[in-house]
Amino acid sequence: MTAMKQARRLRKTTVNSFINYAIVIVAFIAVQILVGQDMISNSMQSMLVPVCCYIVMAVSLNLTVGILGELSLGHAGFMSLGAFSGIIVSTALKDVVTADPLRLLIAMLVGAVMGGIGGVIVGLPVLRLRGDYLAIVTLAFGEIIKNVIMVLYVGIDGDGLHMATKEANLVLAEDGVAIIKGPMGAVGVTKISSFTAGLVLILITLFVVQNLVDSRAGRAILSLRDNRIAAESCGINVTKYKLMAFVASAVLAGAAGALYGLNYSSTVASKFDFNTSILVLVYVVLGGLGSIRGSIIAAAVLTLLPEMSFMRSSSLKDYRMLLYAVILILVMLVTNNPTLRGVINMVSKKFKGSKKQEGGAAQ
Amino acid sequence: MSFLNNVITGISLGSIYAIIALGYTMVYGIAKMLNFAHGDVIMVGAYVCFFATGSFGLHPVVGVLLAMVVCTVLGVVIEGLAYKPLRQAPSLAVLITAIGISWFLQNSAQILWGAAPKVFTPVVSGGLSLFGGQLNISYVTILTVVSCLVIMAVLSAFIGKGKMGKAMRACSEDKGAAQLMGINVNSTISMTFAIGSALAAIAGVLMCSAYPTLMPTTGSLPGIKAFTAAVFGGIGSVPGAFVGGLLLGIIEIFAKAYISTDLSDAIVFLALIVVLLVKPSGLLGKYVPEKV
Amino acid sequence: MKKFIALLMAAAMLMALVACGNTSTNNGGNDTGDTTGDSAGDGTVTIKIGGIGPLTGDAAVYGVATQLGAQVAVDEINAMDSNIKFEYDFQDDTNVAETAVSAYNTLKDWDVDIIYGCTTTQPCITIAGETFADRYFQLTPSASSTDVTAGKDNMFQMCFTDPNQGVTAADYISEHQLGTKIGIIYNNGDAYSTGIAEAFIAHAGEVGLEVVATETFPNDKNTDYNVQLNACKDAGADLVFLPIYYTPASLILAQANAMGYAPTFFGADGMDGILTMEGFDASLAEGLMLMTPFNADATDDATVNFVESYKKLSGDVTPNQFAADGYDCIYAIYAALQTIDGLADMDHEALCDAMIAAFTSPDFSIDGLTGSGMTWSANGEISKDPVVVVIQDGAYVTM
Repeated sequence: MTAMKQARRLRKTTVNSFINYAIVIVAFIAVQILVGQDMISNSMQSMLVPVCCYIVMAVSLNLTVGILGELSLGHAGFMSLGAFSGIIVSTALKDVVTADPLRLLIAMLVGAVMGGIGGVIVGLPVLRLRGDYLAIVTLAFGEIIKNVIMVLYVGIDGDGLHMATKEANLVLAEDGVAIIKGPMGAVGVTKISSFTAGLVLILITLFVVQNLVDSRAGRAILSLRDNRIAAESCGINVTKYKLMAFVASAVLAGAAGALYGLNYSSTVASKFDFNTSILVLVYVVLGGLGSIRGSIIAAAVLTLLPEMSFMRSSSLKDYRMLLYAVILILVMLVTNNPTLRGVINMVSKKFKGSKKQEGGAAQ
Repeated sequence: MSFLNNVITGISLGSIYAIIALGYTMVYGIAKMLNFAHGDVIMVGAYVCFFATGSFGLHPVVGVLLAMVVCTVLGVVIEGLAYKPLRQAPSLAVLITAIGISWFLQNSAQILWGAAPKVFTPVVSGGLSLFGGQLNISYVTILTVVSCLVIMAVLSAFIGKGKMGKAMRACSEDKGAAQLMGINVNSTISMTFAIGSALAAIAGVLMCSAYPTLMPTTGSLPGIKAFTAAVFGGIGSVPGAFVGGLLLGIIEIFAKAYISTDLSDAIVFLALIVVLLVKPSGLLGKYVPEKV
Repeated sequence: MKKFIALLMAAAMLMALVACGNTSTNNGGNDTGDTTGDSAGDGTVTIKIGGIGPLTGDAAVYGVATQLGAQVAVDEINAMDSNIKFEYDFQDDTNVAETAVSAYNTLKDWDVDIIYGCTTTQPCITIAGETFADRYFQLTPSASSTDVTAGKDNMFQMCFTDPNQGVTAADYISEHQLGTKIGIIYNNGDAYSTGIAEAFIAHAGEVGLEVVATETFPNDKNTDYNVQLNACKDAGADLVFLPIYYTPASLILAQANAMGYAPTFFGADGMDGILTMEGFDASLAEGLMLMTPFNADATDDATVNFVESYKKLSGDVTPNQFAADGYDCIYAIYAALQTIDGLADMDHEALCDAMIAAFTSPDFSIDGLTGSGMTWSANGEISKDPVVVVIQDGAYVTM
């Protein structure tokens, strides 16, 4: 590659990254204006924070599935770790840190750290597995997290945090409160999440993922996806780079979990089950493997779709989830239809003249 | 005696997992796709048998045959409409479509048959009572284990000997090369789905005979467990599915009985992780060396 | 290609967002200033009741029951010559808090006046927090945890609380000497089941019951209970307490029968419905005792009429206590509304305060399908007599 070409490639990825930032910020401002004008229904407004969380989840999972090329079926497990640790921290610091945004920030940081620790624990041993075997271990991990939190009782009083596996064993002082109550989950959480925090988290996620992909490490990760053996023989440390991508993904999921957990007054561990992991995977695949922008849009559209007012209208509401399934299948079929693909490619080629499309991994 | 009882219970649960896992592993081995809708085809099979024997008073054998016919047709239709157009698409796209099918089947079942659980009448009832009632083995358990072994033997023979079986193995090795050798890859894969779905019907009937509640979501959890079992034994391997299913059932029951009922799921999955770390291709999976 | 689809999806989303906005510009967003109903000149007030519960997924059977039970009551009241009419919408929450919040906001967009629900405990805790902040009156048919009502003056329950049921069960078993060595099997992934079990265990010692085995299972999709039953059998339990829903209970009864274990089984109100499961062998449940506020086989006019109307709506499904609680909820709301003056000019906040005052006033008492003389305390908990029934020859017999 000549220097000129390299410069152009760089420019192109940078431009692509900035388009992603711009899309997110413009969407944020547009929604804020619409909210100000009272143009968005309550039900859509209530979905804003979860949409932000799912976008972060999708972009971070894309790092594992699309960019590292390893199938993970336990992404919700990291979200769960983040959510519950975030809730514990936020409740514990209620009187110490009174400013909500600051407390949310601390909770998200702790959630991220916990997600990261989970990522290392899972990643170190299992990244030497491949394909479906790795997938099943991540699935197993997600189920283990869910099962453990389900029997966990955590409370806080003057002496600090207390933990037990039976409600009767959780002995708290007079001023103590139970934060996590086993199957009941976390109850009585003070809601401190906000749409703005969601925006910031998305921007940070984009910054981390796009810069990682665009760095020396990112190219190493991409080479692992495309041909592990060739990459290894070129002296790339497989474990190091795989773990880097996997842990970064888990850290972001942990932060998203904290944001999610602090958006509701109660949260249960069973929410973060296999189905949620699968849902996030659906966003990633539908948006296009490796396409950050696709993940953002797919996560937003698919989270909002079943909650749209037409889906909840009296004529359709009984068929809401059925329609959702049908739409999902149709979209998969249409986007993978070779004839349609050919037509669209031809059209886009015509627009771009003879310039060959560059297959940048991160658009 | 309680130990023996637990072993029997483990085998009973494990054989259910095994029979579902057989269908999973068969489709995976040949079409190279994780068919997450398999559990829901099982549910449909069970409903068909339920209505055939319950509402129309047909003989259980007729009910099972009817369920097999319906599931086979359903499997072929699903394959033709949803999976065939994605033959050239990345495997994850097919996985997501399978999940869409799974949701579709669950929600259709709820709209068609209601959300209320139904109680399935077992195709065989009663059981052996040994040592003066200390040890009970139900006929359903025996039937399931026997069916499992028979299906395994028939499948192995079919895949190993017959012309169609050879075609399937060829497709599993290399689709492109198989096509060049004059094998119709599309019809071979459709055939795989037909057989897999017929197996699902049998699994559905046996599962609901052993654990007789039937709901639109009945198939989803056993589906995941059976998928785990299939990977445990080495996905793609027919004997592996049997061994994996049995072991998973026994581990689950032993974890409940001797460690903790609270954490039984966590223990099962932990055991799975440990096994996979020691044997990364599952218990009986083929180790495929990577070539550059 | 991807870009094209991405653009298409983005455009679709924007359009949908704006479309939602348009339909709701008149009523969406901040909803102060709306009054409860259109007074049609003849003094008729229309109250919008919005229900929330799972209509799809694992818990759909309970959500559908509460939806239709309330529908029967709404239809009856609307057919009456009354100056209060109801509009009724029921939204799906799939038993997930996130979806429940969206369902709740959909109802807000519809200008709801009173929230009926949620059916299940966990979403209900979340929604109770929302309605408490927004000042909507909320009455749940079946979310029975004390966390549902704790600290929220606007939140009322039609069902017994979990601890209440656990304590009542222990007292009843001890008083009637049904058993001394107690085994418990409960779902430790479910708040309802765990709540009753914990209270039962805590109270059992005080009334002279010995809990010899405490066994759990992780969720209602669990199918094998042999280990749990064996543990109870080995511990010599002569009574097994099952504070669980009827779906897993039907499996437990079948498996206990298969292994030849026949203690007395004692269930909570979640057990109601076991006899109406299609295909269930009622002989398995012979001698089963349960605490249920509702008996579909009762011969009083109110129950007979309700069962008949419900079957018409549901396609011949027999109602369970979820449906009956839902039916009573609507009548309780109706009775409370009748005591309020100036309904037509109230917004939902004023209505909420008026409803709270009505429900907690000392002379407010309701006779319904699930109890007579039902009253509510200021913390939202109901007071009604528990009824214990035993199943004999496939039917409930009140003890």
